[in-house]
Amino acid sequence: MRCDAMAIIKRKSSQLKWQSKHLLGLRELSAEEISYILDTAEGFEQISTRAVKKAPALRGKLVVNLFFEDSTRTRNSFTLAANRLSADVIEFTRKTSSVSKGETLLDTAKNLEAMGIDIVVIRHSAAGAPKFLSRNIKACVINAGDGFCEHPTQGLLDAYTIRKLKGSLKGLKIAIVGDIAHSRVARSDMWAMTKLGADVILVGPPTLMPAQVNRLPVSVSYFLDEVIEKVDVINMLRIQFERLGGNPFPSVREYSHYFGLTVERMKRAKPDILVMHPGPINRGLEMESEVADGPNSVILEQVTNGLAVRMAVLFLVNQAAAQQK
Amino acid sequence: MKIVLNSKQIEQILKDLTSRIFSETSSEFDIAVIGIRSRGEVLAERLSSKLSQKLGRDVPCGTLDITLYRDDLNSPHGKGQPQVRTTEIGFDIDGKIIILVDDVLYTGRSARAAMDALIDLGRPTAIRLAVLVDRAGRELPIQADYAGYKTDVAPGKLVQVSLVESDGKDEVVVE
Repeated sequence: MRCDAMAIIKRKSSQLKWQSKHLLGLRELSAEEISYILDTAEGFEQISTRAVKKAPALRGKLVVNLFFEDSTRTRNSFTLAANRLSADVIEFTRKTSSVSKGETLLDTAKNLEAMGIDIVVIRHSAAGAPKFLSRNIKACVINAGDGFCEHPTQGLLDAYTIRKLKGSLKGLKIAIVGDIAHSRVARSDMWAMTKLGADVILVGPPTLMPAQVNRLPVSVSYFLDEVIEKVDVINMLRIQFERLGGNPFPSVREYSHYFGLTVERMKRAKPDILVMHPGPINRGLEMESEVADGPNSVILEQVTNGLAVRMAVLFLVNQAAAQQK
Repeated sequence: MKIVLNSKQIEQILKDLTSRIFSETSSEFDIAVIGIRSRGEVLAERLSSKLSQKLGRDVPCGTLDITLYRDDLNSPHGKGQPQVRTTEIGFDIDGKIIILVDDVLYTGRSARAAMDALIDLGRPTAIRLAVLVDRAGRELPIQADYAGYKTDVAPGKLVQVSLVESDGKDEVVVE
């Protein structure tokens, strides 16, 4: 293979620096900062495909996974990302910790800090918990999901996946479908995607739309059939039964009928539509198995890209911390 | 600032380096050229096409990003924040003689990082270092196998390599 020096040099992006030792959300980031993270992530992709799947960039650093809510994908992805950069990782879950004995978040964090942690990856049911932590400890803080607020690395990996497959997000029409109200993924996706120039349409029953949705930089539709033909990307969210109170829709079958991504609906979609899902999938509810495993599905690529994006984020916050020493 | 190499001289150096690599590398060996980002990749591209001509077969060329292997990642950088970019090596390096290319050999720290990065990609038969400019000031026990212009400019002074592909002109200046 011949290397095309000209093309490579042209791609050299701006001299923008990443300044923050925390990643708390995408809402407060600029389009340039988001693009910088995505550009950086490109350099981490190959680590996972080569002979030695490890680089020494975070050697001697200690990362804590501080998860107060259940997670498999995100936690494993962060653990693997940290390991691939040669950091040590402490796993902390609510059930096996002193939190069940009544320890406060701040005490837990201060105790971990006394062990010399460098980076905290936190998931918490309270919106703003990562921000609170970032103001009270010296370590870098990465938000891995806070309440219904943000899940920034998911937003980044979704944007990364779309950018990689479509070249750019500019001018794309992207539908985010399902339980928008309870979805931090929808919020982080929306911030990343709109900042990078996409038109985002939130789709779902009125009962699952957030309050004051008209204040967000998006359009809203209550009918999937109304948007399915128009969109370049469709991101299907999981119905989060564990968070639902009351009866937001009459029955699971009715929800499926109006908002499920079925083989039948896919026939009306653009042939090159990207089908995404942050996982875990309720097969047969928000998406039929044939679609989840079909040719337009990029669900597993999202997982692979998530690893590169999380390596990039760990690297960048640590770099910023080194600069502030 | 003083121009020490113009475009003609740079071209001549690359020709000389090509001849030396050619004469010292037995034809039975698989040879490949890998440049260190960013000026090294331009030089690697030029060297590989010259070597391909001379050998009458395609000499593969790749690009190595060494950011993750630098030894100064945890110290403050001032204005030059290290930027991670892609490594693009579309061939297997196992069993090959790798000509590792950079524009300037100075402290030897980039070459050390590049060797560590290469070893994580596989096990080449040998790694040989080729540089356009070899300046005094080594901090590690590393020497070039093929060096073009040698200079003992004082530490801290600037040696700047410009290349057409990245900077619009071929030139090496010394402060």
